[in-house]
Amino acid sequence: MTIVTEQHAKELLTKVIAYSKADEIECNLDGRIGGNIRYARNTVSTAGESSDLTLAVQSTFGKRVGVATINEFDDASLEKVVRRSEELAKLAPENPEHMPNFGKQSYQKSSTYFPNTAKVTPEDRAQAAENSIKPSKANDLVSSGFLEEEVTCTAIMNSSGLFAYNTATNVDFSVTIRTKDGKGSGWASRNYSDVNLLDTKEASEIAIEKSKGSVDAKEMEPGKYTVILEPAASVGLLDRLAGAFDQRQADEGRSFLSNQVEEGKEGPKNKLGQKMFDERVHIYSDPNHPIAPSAPFAGNGYPRNKVDWIKDGVIQNIPNTPYWAKHTGTKYVPRGGSFIMAGGDETLENMIKNTRRGILVTRLWYIRALDPQTLLQTGLTRDGTFYIENGKIKYPIKNFRFNESPIVMLNNIEALGKPVRIDGNMVPPMKIRDFTFSSLSDAV
Amino acid sequence: MERRDFIKLSGVGAGAIALPISGMAVSAEQLLDKPMDVIYKKKLADIALNAAKAKGATYADARIGRYLNQFVTTRETRVDNIVNTESAGIGVRVIANGTWGFASTSNMTPDSVAKAAEQAVAVAKANSKFQTVPVQLAPVKGVGDVSWQTPIKKNALEVPIKDKVDLLLSANDAALKNGANYITSILFLVNEQKYFASTDGSYIDQDVHRLWAPFFATAVGKEGFKQRTGLGNPVGMGFEYLDGKEEDKIRISGANVGYKNSYDMVEDAAAAGKQLKAKLKAKSVEPGKYDLVLDPAHLMLTIHESVGHPLELDRVLGYEANFAGTSFATLDKWKSKKFQYGSDIVNLFADKTQDYSLGNVGYDDEGVKTKEWDLVKDGVLVNYQATRDQVHMIDQKESHGCCYSQSWRDVQFQRMPNVSLKPNEKDISAEDVIKDVENGIYIAGRGSFSIDQQRYNFQFGGQLFYEIKNGKITEQIEDVAYQSNTQQFWNSCTQMAGKSDYRLGGSFFDGKGQPSQVSAVSHGCPTTRFNDINVINTARKV
Repeated sequence: MTIVTEQHAKELLTKVIAYSKADEIECNLDGRIGGNIRYARNTVSTAGESSDLTLAVQSTFGKRVGVATINEFDDASLEKVVRRSEELAKLAPENPEHMPNFGKQSYQKSSTYFPNTAKVTPEDRAQAAENSIKPSKANDLVSSGFLEEEVTCTAIMNSSGLFAYNTATNVDFSVTIRTKDGKGSGWASRNYSDVNLLDTKEASEIAIEKSKGSVDAKEMEPGKYTVILEPAASVGLLDRLAGAFDQRQADEGRSFLSNQVEEGKEGPKNKLGQKMFDERVHIYSDPNHPIAPSAPFAGNGYPRNKVDWIKDGVIQNIPNTPYWAKHTGTKYVPRGGSFIMAGGDETLENMIKNTRRGILVTRLWYIRALDPQTLLQTGLTRDGTFYIENGKIKYPIKNFRFNESPIVMLNNIEALGKPVRIDGNMVPPMKIRDFTFSSLSDAV
Repeated sequence: MERRDFIKLSGVGAGAIALPISGMAVSAEQLLDKPMDVIYKKKLADIALNAAKAKGATYADARIGRYLNQFVTTRETRVDNIVNTESAGIGVRVIANGTWGFASTSNMTPDSVAKAAEQAVAVAKANSKFQTVPVQLAPVKGVGDVSWQTPIKKNALEVPIKDKVDLLLSANDAALKNGANYITSILFLVNEQKYFASTDGSYIDQDVHRLWAPFFATAVGKEGFKQRTGLGNPVGMGFEYLDGKEEDKIRISGANVGYKNSYDMVEDAAAAGKQLKAKLKAKSVEPGKYDLVLDPAHLMLTIHESVGHPLELDRVLGYEANFAGTSFATLDKWKSKKFQYGSDIVNLFADKTQDYSLGNVGYDDEGVKTKEWDLVKDGVLVNYQATRDQVHMIDQKESHGCCYSQSWRDVQFQRMPNVSLKPNEKDISAEDVIKDVENGIYIAGRGSFSIDQQRYNFQFGGQLFYEIKNGKITEQIEDVAYQSNTQQFWNSCTQMAGKSDYRLGGSFFDGKGQPSQVSAVSHGCPTTRFNDINVINTARKV
């Protein structure tokens, strides 16, 4: 079995630590079992199942560190992996930034495991594919999609008394449905911890509607437009923003969070406490979020609790490393497992109804950074872009390339809707003014 | 590229870094352990093939893989991480009831291997319920017992760690002394030891080596900060690539040094420091139409995105519609034999056989002997990239040998071979190409890149930008990106340098598929000119 129980993990890692001759030892045990199915051209293309369990051992002598791992679990193998990590540590150069292991920690109760997700069978996956294929055929459309579910377990133990254990489940489903002539394309995606929340028929219906509705798209001039970004459209930009939150980069002057301090003058090196966004922006992490839960500890075993990154448009916390926290005399704040962006109660439908002139964007594709100083990104709209006039979707439009920054996006908020889970995060639909489209694309 | 199963070493190493390498870390000496005996691999593979056939498979293949990686990460004056990884296991792929099934296991006992094969058949049968078109494989004659190895001179895994650390820290020192404030440098080494067996009667043992040594340097000034990455290429070579021989350097006066079949990392890092200082003060580009001269370390990525991906047959047919997308290069355009992909001097070819390239192997991951073929000839679209189960859909009888899987754990599927631009028959130099340009920009190194899901509209940046006035490089400029349409862009190609300037660039971690897999692929090209291309300014006030 590649998924081990908490008790089994504790016994196993206690045994591993008993072999140690190093100053410090830390062990990480990671197990995964998963299955997937992929379909295209209205038929199943590939499918498979895989599993693995890996033990990583980090041994430390002073500031010399070595890491070794193994996936065999007899006593001789366990001792061997400890000795190897010790040998490697003795060969490694000293790392002046090495920090000692954490001691015993306490954690919030985890809510990341849903037993039904662990019970998905090859037949269930095949049925999910059929839930897209059958209605697509009935509508003379072509479907392609992907379903993958997994169960994971993580256990961390070190010689300073820390022990952490978590199991999690996850299911991803996405479907693209296109017209036979390639003139229309619709898409939907779903991501949950609990497979019971997944309705592949409902998601496929949305993709079908968007596919039929996007045929014969009209051209609009590139420029600045009011946009309604569905959560799948804004999550990529928010993800880049979240990824760029790093105290060390900010303090070193190479981040959008760096504070320009005049030469010879003292001052804060980063923008902690500064207002950078519209006051409605509230982005935080919460391991116990009921729909988007994440592990209650970071990869080094340090507890993760609810933490605000941006509130009232103001930078509240910037994640760092234990070394950088010590170096700068600040509190260690580990990166969150996922992010939650608060919103309102307005539905997407209402948002459209309240728009005089704008563009509805289903999702953004191939997002790449152009300038880390401004977080300017480029990419394209995809699989359902529509012109809105006087509260109604008027007609489909051709895809645009955008050149825009999430900083600008979060300063130009007109309205925020009800957040939904997307890619493990919670994101609201957003109405944004003056979103920059720089050119047209012929892609459908 | 974001894969859920990237190893996150934050919990087991000092420098938190997510690396797209699958595998388990092992000690340095274990990397050099003798691999599993080929006779035992053959026995195990036969157990898998027989178990699959016994359960009703009409075709089966087994891939026994041992994947070794090493990466060394340094930052400024210290080593962040030294990690050796190993991953071994078996993947079994079958056709039952005309449907593909796949299963893999790291437990290589005969029982476990047979069970994986049976599970693959069970998956195939479950899916066949909804299968409408049975899989059709192009014939491949079994080759019996054969072997192949990347032609390396120095096995990078055998080079002492100290030599690797010294090289990276010397590069860091050179960048810092010359103007950079920060630098991260990394050495990635990959060794795929893979054994393929199929019910066609092939038993193929291959030992594949790849290497990449990138760096990322930053300079901070009162104007803000600028970044510059290394101009070295990932290659299918041993440690000899890092010898930095003088004969492999192509010097462009007033601009950069290009690297051919070996790389001087320390020299490039020193140049990066100086160029970063210039970047902080460089003038911002005036948007408009320019003639572009693209160096190979930049153009390789444009080829990758605007030629390599759109000519993948699985995209063209719709198999990637839900993820990577489809392609503008549809079958009707190919069938017409008149689709002008580029100007008539544009000749693009595919191969998995070029020396030093990342795609170079003897056989692909479904036992097809590798070869070279034309994709675009005299500007006209003539072929695609295909696997055994696809090639009948373009009325061809022989697979192109484009099947690849990133590990034993994942199912193999169509991946890009090397896709390259043929050099000018006249062996003119890069500077000969520049000297005819009145008002242009010379771009070196790969920067930001983005292209739509059918590969029409793209926007590319770079690392270094130089203004060209009246045939001469004048000064370094900044904030450059060009936007174009694939067909329009390649039809604006007016000149290229000759074979002496031809260089291989590459992508070490090209992502595709669901679940996403990485592969490594090279693109060869000479310095090439494109006329009248739309350049935008990427500076923005926020």
